[in-house]
Amino acid sequence: MRPGTWKFRREGEEGVIRIELVKRPQHSAFFSAMSPFIAFGLTLVFGAILFAAIGKPPLAALYSYFIEPLSEMWSVHELIIKATPLIMIAVGLSVCYRSNNWNIGAEGQFIFGGIAGSLIPILVPGFQNAATLPLMMIMGMIGGAAYGAIPALLKTRFNTNEILTSLMLVYVAQLFLDWLARGALRDPNGAGFPGSIRLSSAAQLPEIAPSQGGAHLGIVFAVIAAVVVWFMLRSTLKGFEVRLIGSSPRAGRFAGFSAPGMVFFAFLVSGALAGLAGISEVSGAIGQLRETISPGYGFTAIIVAFLGRLNPLGIIAAGLVLALTYLGGEAAQISLGVSDKVARVFQGMLLFFVLGCDTLIHYRIRVAGRAIASAMEKS
Amino acid sequence: MKKLVIGLASALAVMTASSAVAQDKFKACFVYIGPKTDGGWTQAHDQGRQYVEQELGDTVETAYLENVPEGPDSERAIERFARSGCGIIFTTSFGYMDPTLAVAAKFPDVKFEHATGYKVAPNVTTYNSRFYQGRYIIGQIAGKMSETGVAGYIASFPIPEVVMGINGFLLGARSVNPDFKLKVVWVNTWHDAGKEADAAKALIDQGVDVLTQHTDSAAPMQIAEERGIHAFGQAFDQIEAGPNAQLTAILDTWGPYYVKKIKAAMDGTWKGEEQSWDGLAEGILAMAPYTNMPDDVKAMAMETEAKIKSGELHPFTGPVNKQDGTEWLKDGEVSDDGTLLGMNFYVEGVDDKLPQ
Repeated sequence: MRPGTWKFRREGEEGVIRIELVKRPQHSAFFSAMSPFIAFGLTLVFGAILFAAIGKPPLAALYSYFIEPLSEMWSVHELIIKATPLIMIAVGLSVCYRSNNWNIGAEGQFIFGGIAGSLIPILVPGFQNAATLPLMMIMGMIGGAAYGAIPALLKTRFNTNEILTSLMLVYVAQLFLDWLARGALRDPNGAGFPGSIRLSSAAQLPEIAPSQGGAHLGIVFAVIAAVVVWFMLRSTLKGFEVRLIGSSPRAGRFAGFSAPGMVFFAFLVSGALAGLAGISEVSGAIGQLRETISPGYGFTAIIVAFLGRLNPLGIIAAGLVLALTYLGGEAAQISLGVSDKVARVFQGMLLFFVLGCDTLIHYRIRVAGRAIASAMEKS
Repeated sequence: MKKLVIGLASALAVMTASSAVAQDKFKACFVYIGPKTDGGWTQAHDQGRQYVEQELGDTVETAYLENVPEGPDSERAIERFARSGCGIIFTTSFGYMDPTLAVAAKFPDVKFEHATGYKVAPNVTTYNSRFYQGRYIIGQIAGKMSETGVAGYIASFPIPEVVMGINGFLLGARSVNPDFKLKVVWVNTWHDAGKEADAAKALIDQGVDVLTQHTDSAAPMQIAEERGIHAFGQAFDQIEAGPNAQLTAILDTWGPYYVKKIKAAMDGTWKGEEQSWDGLAEGILAMAPYTNMPDDVKAMAMETEAKIKSGELHPFTGPVNKQDGTEWLKDGEVSDDGTLLGMNFYVEGVDDKLPQ
């Protein structure tokens, strides 16, 4: 039996019910724009029910999730620090996903950006001048792009599935970083403990408002990247190519665009942005190369990309919202003793409702019942 | 009217007094790397926290954050605690070291205690436990109980703390069986029940019949129970996971230490820059009941425990060779604490290459 099909029996008559999604001839522009807000509202409602069910006051819980982290300046800075890598990676992913390239390995590209970018300050710590930071950022982008080029090459040359290759390369990157942090790049004065030397101040991204909090220049990169990619997708020929190949590869070929060229373009752009996010995190937030530099930003950014509807400007908002759920999770743990798992449930609900709303905007549900008694008699 | 004013005033006084009492409650906060019910490392710290609540009752309020990843997330978590009125903050994972120091520099009035690290500051101390004393005892038991003469060791990260534990275990085992061998699997995580279970299965398939671990979950104990071999509990009594498998467990009993330091912080005698490294004698470490073993092995274990407590026996006493056969400790020589805390080499007999 096909999925979505149920058998029923009524008054001696047998039949099947099918629930189908039928594409709407036209979807409402109003609801398309509203969908993330509807999804967010539904998440709040179901979140409140969830808190009531585990015996916590729902309003107080929602307050500590969504308001408390914004009530103090230092906390807003922390929110920005958390959102920076998510936004930067997700902007790159939007180019990939719009062009139908399923890069799941941004986490690995992030790590390689962090490694490549921090090679100069770790191996040549004496090199401290105005060129240090720009060189580190460029090296980080090259590192991420080079690592992103591997699944692109495998896809265009050997027709492998980029979902699998890019995902599996994440684990390679994690173990490679681990090996470096314990071996070649380890601080010789660290008593055998893993981790590189601390980066010199010339190799650390400056904070944007040091008197108020710790947010660093990375957020500026993230916003610039979002605006540039938004403009590129919207108003340039390359952007048209991305959208055309993504929605109809055949039409793209007729228009004379190169499909393999687009695969490389998408992976190089998203790899470079993930790499820039990686070195920004190492240089701005961590201050040294550690055996782990990401708590899964590359994967969370996938949620951010879709929550922002693959629109770079939407992604800025989505990145901030998702970062808020992390910080809110901590605030709720401290003030109400809510388990940190609830923050993950929140993120899951948010994505579920976004995808659900999007689906119902583009499709409608049709329930079709059909008697099969006569068919059974024949057989 | 006068009565009313007096009444109001006294009511106000009572209210302010009671709110003052509420504010006077000293707040002690804990940052955990894993879930507080991990059946190991983090749960042991959380029991310490509960012990504090029990012992100090109404004078202290505690709070905790669990599953806090090392790195920038931990810095934010620690800072949030520092800002929420915590008087003392215990950060209970090695990787919280630099974040703890970074936040401590911003909040000179808050006291910080970092577990298992090596960096201190005027308002930061470190505390650790001489786990190797327990490792030596369970090594001796393994040396007696193993029929194949090979034990399996599930290790987390190649940091000195873990390497010291492996060496302590093997020295204990070799003190009763000079040919004893040790296989090591590195899982590169503190807490991942799935990976720990896989490592346990792989080791058992390679012929080990005693299992021990330096990771945080009870999964290896469950696998040992399923496969009918012996194992040791880690950080927490895991007898429920392995009623037939557990020989004993190294128990982290942080509670008394926490009570001592919180009291010191409350009465103003707390001092920074200190590095505490206590062991069995001071009660920061204890052994679970010796079970599932013959009486003579049990007697031996209890004797060793008593000797370590009295200071008669130091597990790292020569002659001991390094893995490559060169001499480390001469006959009768005792290792100094500095070498132990920076240990980055194996002793002779470990069947593994230390990841460098």
